[in-house]
Amino acid sequence: MKRLRYLYFPGCKMGPFLPDYDRATRAVTAALGVELVDCELNCCGYPVRDQDLAASVLAAARNLALAAREGLDLMTPCQCCYGQLRHADYWLRQREDLACYVNGVLKAEGLVWSAAVGIYHLLQVLAVEIGLEAIRPAIRQPLAGLDVAAHYGCHALRPGHVMQFDNPLAPTLFENLVAVTGASAVDWPLRLECCGYPLRGKNDRLARRLMQRKTEDARQAGAQVLATACTYCQMQFGAADDNPDAEPLDRSDLPAILYIQLLGRAMGLPATELGLGDGPLNPLV
Amino acid sequence: MDTTFIAYSALGIGLIGTLWRIGRWFRLPIGAECQPPTLTGLWSQTARAVGRAVFGPRVTRLAKALVWEVLLQGHVLRQDWRRGIMHLGLFYGFFFLVIFHALDEFTSARLWGDYAPTLNPWRLLRNLAAALILLGVAFAALRRRSDPLLRATRHMADQLALALLAIIVFSGILLESHQIVSPEMFRTMVAEYAFIEDDAEFEALQAYWQAEFGAATTAPPKTGADTLALGRDLHADFCAACHDGPQSALLSYPLSRLMKPLANALEKANFDTLLWHLHFLVSCLGLALLPFTKFFHLVATPLSLLVRAGGTAADADAGLRPVRRAMGLDACTHCGVCNQHCAVAVIYRAIPNPAILPSEKLGALMRWISGATGTQCVSLAEGSFICTACGRCTQWCPSGIDLQDLWRASQRELVQKGYPSAHGWIRSHRPAQWAARAATIPSASAKAAGAPATLDLSANPETFWSCVQCTTCTSVCPVVAVSDDPRRDLDLTPQQVMNMMRLQLRELALGARMVWDCATCYQCQEHCPQGVRVADILYELRNEAHQRLKPDYPLGAPDEIVSKA
Repeated sequence: MKRLRYLYFPGCKMGPFLPDYDRATRAVTAALGVELVDCELNCCGYPVRDQDLAASVLAAARNLALAAREGLDLMTPCQCCYGQLRHADYWLRQREDLACYVNGVLKAEGLVWSAAVGIYHLLQVLAVEIGLEAIRPAIRQPLAGLDVAAHYGCHALRPGHVMQFDNPLAPTLFENLVAVTGASAVDWPLRLECCGYPLRGKNDRLARRLMQRKTEDARQAGAQVLATACTYCQMQFGAADDNPDAEPLDRSDLPAILYIQLLGRAMGLPATELGLGDGPLNPLV
Repeated sequence: MDTTFIAYSALGIGLIGTLWRIGRWFRLPIGAECQPPTLTGLWSQTARAVGRAVFGPRVTRLAKALVWEVLLQGHVLRQDWRRGIMHLGLFYGFFFLVIFHALDEFTSARLWGDYAPTLNPWRLLRNLAAALILLGVAFAALRRRSDPLLRATRHMADQLALALLAIIVFSGILLESHQIVSPEMFRTMVAEYAFIEDDAEFEALQAYWQAEFGAATTAPPKTGADTLALGRDLHADFCAACHDGPQSALLSYPLSRLMKPLANALEKANFDTLLWHLHFLVSCLGLALLPFTKFFHLVATPLSLLVRAGGTAADADAGLRPVRRAMGLDACTHCGVCNQHCAVAVIYRAIPNPAILPSEKLGALMRWISGATGTQCVSLAEGSFICTACGRCTQWCPSGIDLQDLWRASQRELVQKGYPSAHGWIRSHRPAQWAARAATIPSASAKAAGAPATLDLSANPETFWSCVQCTTCTSVCPVVAVSDDPRRDLDLTPQQVMNMMRLQLRELALGARMVWDCATCYQCQEHCPQGVRVADILYELRNEAHQRLKPDYPLGAPDEIVSKA
């Protein structure tokens, strides 16, 4: 089997607000023989995309240029980072003037954007690069009987022709990954809808309603737990919060868990390595 | 003027200034936790917190921070050993010179009975210290030049501090070099300390000093073995107790060799008096300026490091966090390490607002709490809301400032005082009012030079020619779905925004709440049967509003904004 090696892109929020995602990602990928290379990367550019497209593309391109310098493809567990990096890559390929501008700025650091750098989300690495068949033998404690609502996350999925993640209208990648753990993925109508986080701190009422609509739907479909694969989605559905100044979210009692923690649990990795130490989900999973 | 008077005045200014600056931490605390702040309350809380820290279980952590971070500066060494060595050299070089040279009357002379500044090891140590400082200053100046980000954020204050240090040290070395060669100095010293009987003895001593100590003479010196032998005896009798050979002066002696041919000319120009005054006055100036320049970090940074050892800002008493933040502002040495690790520093190259960079944001914040208003606050707000809270600045800050806590508090205050992010100020006017404003500001006028324009999707009619107003975008929009009355909540639906674009009424959509409440989920774009890039266009409209629309700062309270709209 080929040795998988990626430049690891945790994104800005994970370290301070969701360190368990980082811990669990490292533990599970290491157990599956994937090597994550650390390097000080910068913001993916997503937070300034509202303000200035060129600035956001520049920020993304610098990360891709650093990956090119290391000779590595890039892997991120955050879907917003993934979406932004993909978007930037797309527009840099489409618009020569943008690539020219970006490379002009990066030149000062001896960097250059490269179209050759592959951009992967954690779920793609698991489902496609490693492959479900390769994961299956690593499952030691199947999560039989657990009903999981797989929350896709918008920014990795759409627009489909830019993201190249899965079929944007009828994806199966996440459900397949849930099935590998031995749990069953429930069929719920709103699985592809927005978690609401992008409006957090901007329009808290809307952010809350978008989230509640989803959790209600997942519960009605019989889910015991909602699984995410994105730093922001997990902050929205889970207990972590990077914005104590915004109105409290008034979360429902449907617990949210990071998919990678589910997988790690099914692989029999110790709860502490997955950041599940004393979390409320521990008894459930 | 009396030099003692000047020295004590400088000391007085330095001390009073230091107290004033420490007082500011209590008078201008940052953050809402202690509003309105009462001075006595803050003082007593501080006293209690200090008491708990010193007499509590955390005292070992404090002691460790004092030794490892304050005295050994180990955390800087570990980050970058070259910068660590540079700073240790500056710190201990200066520490030595202040204690054992500037204050030698009170220290060296009392501790060692046979102390004389012209004896070793003092002369050697003084020169070593000076060399360390000069190397440190040179390294610091070079460092600021070598890194593009540091170069872009170089301030006069950084230059001034380095220049002041360099002038103090260099004038001292020059003074010593001059004294080594000075014929007048020699004459004065002989008249005062040596019991010389005749000219022959004087000339013999002078010949010996010229041969052995490199002194200069006004007349050509005598030579010969007898003369030198006599000179050596006289030296042993009268001079040796206070004078070692100046060759140990690593810097001054080589410099004195260069000065020797000019010794007489310089003497006529009163060079030594001039140098002495320069050295003395600039040193006094440094002392007096300590509280008003970045030298104040000598006081604030050790305190900041010790406070950090006691725990993060989140652990601190809520009431004391604002004081801690104000102290943090003063602990900044403007070293720029935060900028080098900042996750959004790269954005500064596309949006040239220095307040994006942590060190410059800190400066802007300092000006803001000191009463700055208007455009300064606007750029501070823009910089503040670009921060992604990754926390790397706090992790790396060698001064131990909890920057993350400072940013969060200042963001909150900016919003409260009427400087919110765009999502906040866009609601201060109705879409039609924004459209009227936008009409006065041409598109893409505020773009940085060299930056490409936007993707120009919305300005290009081809983007929309295929739109058939089928309302698919609206029916798949989750934001529309959670609204009972989209017209009331959102001004326009996505399909209506697209229609505005088709009619080239872009300005009318810039302030629409649909544009700003977009969740960026791309459902509209994915589902559009005609391939219109609906979500990308909404992004572009927000970009354009950022460039073209400016609210009337400061905004009123949220209720006022609503009523105005």
